Amino acid sequence: MRARLEETGYLVDDGLAVACFLALRLHRPIFCEGDAGVGKTALASALAEALGAPLIRLQCHEGIDASQALYDWDFPRQLLHLRAAEAAGVKDAERLESELYDRRFLVARPLLKALETQPSVLLVDEVDRADDEFEAFLLELLSEFSVTIPELGTLRAGTPPVVVLTSNRTREVHDALKRRCLYHWFDHPGFARELAIVRRRLPGVSARLAEQVTALVQELRSQDLLKPPGVAETIDWAQALDALGVDEVDAELAVATLGSVLKYREDAERARGLDLAAVLAGRGA
Amino acid sequence: MDVTSPKTPRADAALLGFARALRAAGVDASAERVYAFLRAVGELRPGMRADVYWAGRLTLCGGRDDLERYERVFAACFDGSAPDGRTTATAPPPRPRLVVRDGPVPRGPARPEHAPAPPAASLASSAEVLRHRDVAELDSADREQLRRLLAAFALRGETRRTARRRPARRGQVDPRRTVRELLRRGGEPARLRRHARTDRPRRVVLLVDISGSMAPYADALLRFAHAASRGSRAEVFTIGTRLTRVTRELTHRDPDLAMTALAAAVPDWRGGTRLGELLREFLDRWGQRGMARGAVVVLLSDGWERGDPELLGAQMRRLHRLAHRVIWANPRKARPGYAPLAAGMAAALPSVDAFVEGHSLAALERLAAVVAGAEPGLVEGAERA
Repeated sequence: MRARLEETGYLVDDGLAVACFLALRLHRPIFCEGDAGVGKTALASALAEALGAPLIRLQCHEGIDASQALYDWDFPRQLLHLRAAEAAGVKDAERLESELYDRRFLVARPLLKALETQPSVLLVDEVDRADDEFEAFLLELLSEFSVTIPELGTLRAGTPPVVVLTSNRTREVHDALKRRCLYHWFDHPGFARELAIVRRRLPGVSARLAEQVTALVQELRSQDLLKPPGVAETIDWAQALDALGVDEVDAELAVATLGSVLKYREDAERARGLDLAAVLAGRGA
Repeated sequence: MDVTSPKTPRADAALLGFARALRAAGVDASAERVYAFLRAVGELRPGMRADVYWAGRLTLCGGRDDLERYERVFAACFDGSAPDGRTTATAPPPRPRLVVRDGPVPRGPARPEHAPAPPAASLASSAEVLRHRDVAELDSADREQLRRLLAAFALRGETRRTARRRPARRGQVDPRRTVRELLRRGGEPARLRRHARTDRPRRVVLLVDISGSMAPYADALLRFAHAASRGSRAEVFTIGTRLTRVTRELTHRDPDLAMTALAAAVPDWRGGTRLGELLREFLDRWGQRGMARGAVVVLLSDGWERGDPELLGAQMRRLHRLAHRVIWANPRKARPGYAPLAAGMAAALPSVDAFVEGHSLAALERLAAVVAGAEPGLVEGAERA
């Protein structure tokens, strides 16, 4: 499992490898929590690539409801069908009616699409942003891997999709949802692993630059910042410096490109006060 | 999936004992989770310590706060008796404590050497007295007051427009319902159906100061918080020398039970105040992630700060940028000749939208009205600062 994930350029630690393995074997969703930019969403795309399955993504937002997430009836088409039947002179009203609620008039939204596509990886992103009523829709799907449509009956998945849920902890997700899942907390990676991730993601960047940027970010993270940078920011920064065509970063250049890592004025000011040159020297030597 | 076949029943018993120990430590390891745990271990190599560790962590824990307890119980249950003689080196390193109550949270878990050393001056340690308050009995006057509070307040935040639409008399045309209506009448022209965006009350966050200087008021204010959070979904935190989230404790319908649960959960009754530091902790752990965004945040405090007032000022500015409205209720404001001279209060006032009293029932009723969007009419304190 681990090797397959790493082939896609996504490095996993022990816990995550076990989580993915169990998710596949026990058909349980993985519930990912952690700071922003530590690779929660990337896990789903890496899984999809490793399994050779399409990734189906549902971005949650406030006010999302079943017709946007599960399924919807295609009213224009139903209407068209009626008109066509009328023009053709079909008189059998009962048959016509039963035809109206046929599978072909059903628009599959992400969740239903994930059940019907086999195999597939379903990503329910930022589930904490949805209203708590919405979590109830997920319950049937996640435990039974089925969707009940009143007019049609219950649709069930042959092979259940691999489900990844992510949350940024803006609110506590209901326990009924959590206990159906495997819970994984994402920590910021250590220096060696983060360096490996940067090297893997950006093969074009020189080894020295990657090392320096990682060291700087690790130092920044240890400062008391409003928003500690995630791995995504490390990659952004390395990319930005690479775009400037440098192989080695000095304190001046680091300060100039700080905007790709720190997104708060207070944080940037604080970082400027740090002795970045010393960090660079300590690592570069 | 037969869990027991590859192992002896004894191994299962050990795992169940572990689950029971976890439950005793406060992790909500329900039967369903334990079943998942056993299945997970069955899938993995049951003898391997690291596998058992991760299987349990993934299936039995339900939140970040559980992880620290899990580490502790796991170490207690399995250390020294690793089933197949693997060394303890396979266990991941212990993480710093992650419980809310335990003072400032260390930022990166990768640097335990920096973590447990907040500056001594700001600890206000002289006053950190951990005292559980006894609320075993409430006299009849208390009950009477409580009933009045409950009757008077359902703390509803100002409303805001949501993305969701509801059927309405006027507003935009709702194509779906209109077409459905047309369909129902066989294509006869019908009335246009309309829908409009709905309003929802904003989230209300209450931060209640329970330090020594607030002692005469803390009790009544917490009851107010209970009454307020019953009606709407308000979040409640207590601030003293520690930050404690007590929303869950206050969900008891019975006020006595709620107060008992709260007394058990809050470890810092009548200690000192570290407003600035705790406000920062609130913003880091909850506020910035979304709890304070667009919310109405109410601080119930006298503004007596033991730490650095500049820190409080900076955190208040941060809070002000995040929240829709910041309301400060200060019970001491009602005293004749009161001026916001306490260093913390003076530092905080520029970032406060409404500065109100909070010393009596009437004042709390007014506070509820301000939270619901009424003009405070009493913001003279803001000009002073």
